[in-house]
Amino acid sequence: MSTSNGMKRVVIEPVTRVEGHGKVTILLDDQGQVHQARLHIVEFRGFERFIQGRPFWEMPVAVQRLCGICPVSHHLCAAKAVDRIVGGENLTPTAMKMRRLMHYGQMFQSHALHFFHLASPDLLFGFGSDVAQRNVLGVAAAHPELAKQGILMRKYGQEVIRLTAGKKVHGTGAIPGGINKNLSIEERDFLLEDLDQMVAWAEGALKIAKDYTVENLDAVAGFGSFDSNHMSLVRADGAMDLYDGVLRAVDKDGNVIFDGVDQQDYLDVISEEVRPWSYMKFPFIKSIGPENGWYRVGPLSRINACDFIDTPLAETARQDFMSLTDGKPNNITMAYHWARMIEVVHSIEKIKELLHDEDLQGENLVVKGKGRREAVAILEAPRGTLFHHYKVGEDDLVEQANLIVSTTSNNEPMNRAVEGVAREYLSGQEITEGLLNHVEVAIRAYDPCLSCATHAMGRMPLVIDLVDADGNLLDRKGKDTGDAC
Amino acid sequence: MSQFTITIDGREVEAKAGQTILEAAEEAGIYIPRLCHKPGLEPFGGCRVCTVTANGRPCSACTQPAAPGMIVMNETEQVKDFRKTLVEMMFVEGNHFCMFCEKSGNCELQAMGYRMGIDVPRFPFLFPKRNVDASHPDILVDHNRCILCARCIRTSRDVDGKQVFDFVGRGANKRVAVRSGTRLADSDADVSDAAVEACPVGALLKKRVGYATPIGERLYDKAPIGSEIENGEES
Repeated sequence: MSTSNGMKRVVIEPVTRVEGHGKVTILLDDQGQVHQARLHIVEFRGFERFIQGRPFWEMPVAVQRLCGICPVSHHLCAAKAVDRIVGGENLTPTAMKMRRLMHYGQMFQSHALHFFHLASPDLLFGFGSDVAQRNVLGVAAAHPELAKQGILMRKYGQEVIRLTAGKKVHGTGAIPGGINKNLSIEERDFLLEDLDQMVAWAEGALKIAKDYTVENLDAVAGFGSFDSNHMSLVRADGAMDLYDGVLRAVDKDGNVIFDGVDQQDYLDVISEEVRPWSYMKFPFIKSIGPENGWYRVGPLSRINACDFIDTPLAETARQDFMSLTDGKPNNITMAYHWARMIEVVHSIEKIKELLHDEDLQGENLVVKGKGRREAVAILEAPRGTLFHHYKVGEDDLVEQANLIVSTTSNNEPMNRAVEGVAREYLSGQEITEGLLNHVEVAIRAYDPCLSCATHAMGRMPLVIDLVDADGNLLDRKGKDTGDAC
Repeated sequence: MSQFTITIDGREVEAKAGQTILEAAEEAGIYIPRLCHKPGLEPFGGCRVCTVTANGRPCSACTQPAAPGMIVMNETEQVKDFRKTLVEMMFVEGNHFCMFCEKSGNCELQAMGYRMGIDVPRFPFLFPKRNVDASHPDILVDHNRCILCARCIRTSRDVDGKQVFDFVGRGANKRVAVRSGTRLADSDADVSDAAVEACPVGALLKKRVGYATPIGERLYDKAPIGSEIENGEES
């Protein structure tokens, strides 16, 4: 724990109320000033290696296992890639709409989970508030109606996934060239029952997120914020599109860096840098280079990059959002929450649109054509742009795979947010849990999926050690694993 | 002598001369678990999952002929634990990753695990290094999932008349191999062979079928393995 140059190191491990395990290290000099702060991803998963030698049609079901929160994103992204392997990328209307329904259900449940269960304690009670209350149980006690809405919104999204993928988590719906089921009338009617309630609650959540940002603008505008590039998929006409489209990147002022990039050509515009202290790579925009070519992805970037949203409630909310920054990209880190709730509204509007589409009851589920041996697919996952790239041998086995997950793209931004907040709030201070939570608040804004499938929310230990240059423990702030945090 | 009575778990059951215990039980609507046994093939007695006691002695019900007055115990705690142990050992000696196996829901080993209430095997996983033979244009062989039931060997030999497969090696090194060479592509195996359909697990598969059957409509999604016999349905 000691450092060779006499610095003190504070470690937050694990970071709480995020998906998966990560840690933050903060180096303090003799005066207690923050010298460096980093977010480390401490889990190594190796999916790209161990799917080598497996048949390509397994990919949508196998690769989704790298996440328990957004497996649908990996399921659909891999399915889009293997569509191309079997020459079935021009899906039937039923298959395309079933997949989109699955995807919007995923977006709805994942965003609801993050906003209500993970982020809301910070927003409702304050970043440095009593840790005994600053958790989902505290929200349930103080705001029972809100907590109930969060749970039922997530449940609704999970039901959409179950009826399109076969299971709420890790289903099998999307298969090469299509889908393995349609939506029966009974299943459609089941989803229609609670639909209007979900729209109303989504609008309510949007209002909470917006009001929080606007009312606390002085405090949140600079919190872990910085100018950055933004990247996302957009539809060919510039509309937000979470399932398909072309790549677009804009700079901090909204100037286009690239646009209309075909998904197959992503390596022309994106590259990845390896740094020795993290298992996560650092992607960057090639034309700018590794130093300044980093970018953000996710809800904030999608709102910033698109020209409009093709559903009315979400489009009104987008215009409202963009007016805060006079139509220029919004670079406020905490505005991720507001942007995320605009997408919740957009997703439920899309679900409504699809449930009234008779194509979902169609019988034509799969198409196949002239196949190919290499394919790329890109999709907008809840946390941002997701890339799957496969090369398949003549024997149908995967030879090579490259996965760039959204949290990887947000690696540099999260590190910048961590360092910014640490410098502002921790320098020269006695380190307290409340102050350290400020660092975690900045990370949570990105809703990172640090690894996958960690469902231990509220039971995670938090230990911070303060160690001198000789490795002596000077101070330890901790909570046992029984504490909610 | 052509027809006589045996008892299974105290219940009198009619049996015919030449019938095995398993066949007599099945006619009476009594399910004895099994994995290597397949109607239409000669009894094999390889997996031992159909172990019962006959007159107090353990034996495989799929090979032991029924005899007049035979007292068979099928559902005792001792017999059930013996079978469960065998199935657990099958799970740990191979690489059975049900979570992404395309046979999931249609797999007899998985269904047996559910029927026997196996939450987690009590033995350490061996994680053997086994290969995948994808050389054939239409058939995939994934040795990770093979339980050495010999159904493919017997079906190819006795039904298809081809002898595509055979066992090689001994003990822990025993495995199914292609007789005519090292790869399935070197054999005369065809995707229409009955052997391809004979595998109880996901070791021998038609390529590119994958997960075409949705969850909820797979063979064991609605009823446990064996229930078709217990309910008197055609298997």
